[in-house]
Amino acid sequence: MPEPLLEVRDLSVHFPTDDGLVKAVDGISFALAPGETLGVVGESGSGKSVSFLTVMGLITEEQAQIEGEIVFQGQDLLKLPVEEMRNVRGARISMIFQDPMTSLHPYYKVGAQISEAIRTHQKISKQEAREQAVEMLRRVGIPRPDERADQYPHEFSGGMRQRAMIGMALSLNPDLLIADEPTTALDVTVQAQILDLIDRLKQEFNAAVVIITHDLGVVAEHCDHIQVMYAGKIIEAGDRNDIYYKAHHPYTWGLLSSIPRLDESGAHERLNPIRGLPPSLIFVPPGCAFHPRCPHVFDKCRAEIPALLPADGHHASACHLALEDKERIFQEAVMARR
Amino acid sequence: MGRYLIRRTLFLILVLVVVSLLTFLIFVKLPAADPARRAVGRATTPENVENARRAFGLDKPIYVQYARFAKGLIPWPGLFLNEDVYYSYGNFVPVKEEIFRRLPVTVALAVGASVVWVLIGIPIGIVSAVRRRSLTDRAAMVFALLGVSAPVFWLAYLFLYLFWFKLGWAPSSGIPIGTTVLEAVVQGRFIMPWLVLALAFAAFYARMVRGNLIETMGEDYIRTARAKGLSERRVIYRHGLRAALTPVVTMFGLDLAGLLGGVFITETVFNLPGIGQYAVNAIFNNDFPSVMGVTILGAFFIALGTLLVDVAYAFLDPRVRYT
Repeated sequence: MPEPLLEVRDLSVHFPTDDGLVKAVDGISFALAPGETLGVVGESGSGKSVSFLTVMGLITEEQAQIEGEIVFQGQDLLKLPVEEMRNVRGARISMIFQDPMTSLHPYYKVGAQISEAIRTHQKISKQEAREQAVEMLRRVGIPRPDERADQYPHEFSGGMRQRAMIGMALSLNPDLLIADEPTTALDVTVQAQILDLIDRLKQEFNAAVVIITHDLGVVAEHCDHIQVMYAGKIIEAGDRNDIYYKAHHPYTWGLLSSIPRLDESGAHERLNPIRGLPPSLIFVPPGCAFHPRCPHVFDKCRAEIPALLPADGHHASACHLALEDKERIFQEAVMARR
Repeated sequence: MGRYLIRRTLFLILVLVVVSLLTFLIFVKLPAADPARRAVGRATTPENVENARRAFGLDKPIYVQYARFAKGLIPWPGLFLNEDVYYSYGNFVPVKEEIFRRLPVTVALAVGASVVWVLIGIPIGIVSAVRRRSLTDRAAMVFALLGVSAPVFWLAYLFLYLFWFKLGWAPSSGIPIGTTVLEAVVQGRFIMPWLVLALAFAAFYARMVRGNLIETMGEDYIRTARAKGLSERRVIYRHGLRAALTPVVTMFGLDLAGLLGGVFITETVFNLPGIGQYAVNAIFNNDFPSVMGVTILGAFFIALGTLLVDVAYAFLDPRVRYT
């Protein structure tokens, strides 16, 4: 692996609340190479968004206890002073969010919101910033960008707003774009367009991308690597083929089996959800956090936290099952039903 | 926008017609005492009462009576509050004269107080929201609680006792004869009334601004603003306040309009001859023309305030459009 763009080491983000300590992110480590696309998959509350909001510096020491290191281009972002972190945010790392309906300020024109981002990081005139903003709108595929720049967000459709958000995020040519559930709030037809757009712009801007999603189906085509999170931990990580065709963790199997099938044979089949609910992040189950929901649970799972161990060079999983069993069960229980 | 304004103005007129009709019905159909009898005094003859009744127009059918009063509400020279109809049944002073004499006092009181409460309430609300749960915030919210709870008359007497009687910092209450309202303002005679009237509003506005701003700061677009790398100052003042203060404009318009119709307690305690005093006296004396005059005045301010607030909204919130 070349020098990583982003390396997260043993990151924990714990929120103190009146009910106890919420362990939203609990000791995760991973690395991201320049230009790579990483998919982060998990249910709500698995810690996937919180991890990357912390990378952005949008979760602060005042709100949470943050430990570990976030090394970006050789700098530990957690040690950067607030003002320097601000220069990173929006310029070298930028982020788009789940709901484009509410993520743009309703009282300001779209073009003005983009040029504001540009002018925050570059000393250029308003006129130049506006021209760049219009150019960004054009590049994200918004027709008549010159007119559109003078419109307000409510005059844009959901997909158009997400395009504008992407334009804003890429306007300073960042090295890393974090997309937090970028398509969840959009129509299915628009979802594919947005993901294709992210793919294309990633090439044009030569940026690394993180796509956070709860939908394994979404990230399938678009990600080089995928990591699956559960209860604040990474429980399986590997490249796309590892996760789709050789998954090692029962939770990943559950995610794969719960993707509905729309072909002939799936038409009469019931949906196949993972039974149970995500665990409390205050009282995380002992041992493997997934054990109360795991159909393959045995004694060791209840007592010992499984480490994230690589089975080969790149494919790692945190599960006590023996490798042969994992491969066998995966073939029998998941692949056979596809 | 033009069509909208015309429609709203017509609606405003309708509101005033309805208000005047209701006021008329309440005071004519539910008379506390016969105005004619009151006017002529105790020792009189039935003929005198009859004459007075005719002079007041009370012998006419009810719709003619209403028409006489309604005509006097048309804002046209010669018609508006004309002295044939609009004079006090008590002392025969024309209503127009009283209102025009008293209105500047109430306007000075209400407008001045509104400036004070905006200048106090909004900054306190902002600081409280930005430094949420800090000592400053808690102190400000204690102030807000006291301000909302303290009765105006109590506060007014407290101020008078302290700042005029004991410390001698403020001038005494009232406006001396021969002093115009403007001179009284310059002499600082309105400072205490402004503060007393403004305190409860300031407290209320501080709480409202704090609540709005805290809510706004949790919005997704604030997270976007932070993600752009904007300074926290800019996030708060340009992105947060812009949205948090818009509803305050509505409140402000209505509150000020309400006060312009008369501020009875403050006017009474500080002995300011404003609309509020006049209105309350008119009601107690069942002095119908005066009641009609001040009621319509109050209704007009409220309706106009509402209209102006709605128009202002189109400029403040781009999502609002009028057709």
